[in-house]
Amino acid sequence: MARALINVPAAARRGEIIEIKALVSHEMETGFRRTQLGILIPRDIITQFVCTYNGAEIFRAEFYPAIAANPFIAFSTIATESGTIAFKWTGDNGFSMTESAAITVA
Amino acid sequence: MDDRERKKNSRREFMRAVGGLAAGVALESATTAAAAAEPAAATISTGTRTTVVSMLEAIHKVVGAAPINKGKVRLDLPPLVENGNAVALTVSADSPMTQAEYVKAIHLFSEKNPQPYIATVHLGPRAGRARVATRVRLADTQTVVAICEMSDGSFWSDSVNVVVTLAACLEVL
Repeated sequence: MARALINVPAAARRGEIIEIKALVSHEMETGFRRTQLGILIPRDIITQFVCTYNGAEIFRAEFYPAIAANPFIAFSTIATESGTIAFKWTGDNGFSMTESAAITVA
Repeated sequence: MDDRERKKNSRREFMRAVGGLAAGVALESATTAAAAAEPAAATISTGTRTTVVSMLEAIHKVVGAAPINKGKVRLDLPPLVENGNAVALTVSADSPMTQAEYVKAIHLFSEKNPQPYIATVHLGPRAGRARVATRVRLADTQTVVAICEMSDGSFWSDSVNVVVTLAACLEVL
């Protein structure tokens, strides 16, 4: 199973812009490489990443094979209320991974 | 006098030879570009790199008929990359990120990777700040293009030339 690393501040002031970083372990096989026997290695990548804040989508990304292995993404959001920030990665061969972090907004 | 004449002649011959060589190279690159511009070659066959043509086609698919303006968006990439397998990239856009005016999406394109697409990110007013960072693969020394789609439907672009010394692996394992 893949492992995900996320970085969300545990506490923030209301209205503050917080930086979110997310990294998931995944090979991101491009589908353009061949084995020594010349057989094409099929594509196996993460195609979509969605971040939700208390259920509302705040960020979404579509990935292509040009994204490096172990896709890392950093973005920001405004801390509006306490709750959970959830992350979901989906990809080829039924890959699905979720992670979440709690945030306290004062 | 005689000697000088001879020197002049040899210089002329040399220049002619160089000129011919340059023309030959130009012709060759033009034909390879034309061959790769066929969609099948650009997408299906491996090892074939995207050309400027297919990158522009990909950009056209996203942008449509809208004009692309320069400015407002800033693409940060190191100018010289040792390892093309993971290149840190940051895109930021000049936008207040309010309900009335925000960055809707940022599209990233590559000129010489096997596919022109790198990634698309969708933002909204809740982002607070239009700035995204990720790591990408670069298969060759090339130009990377970022296109920013604003909430009012306008498009803004920035491009960076990157020299890659070790390309992202496309070869046999």
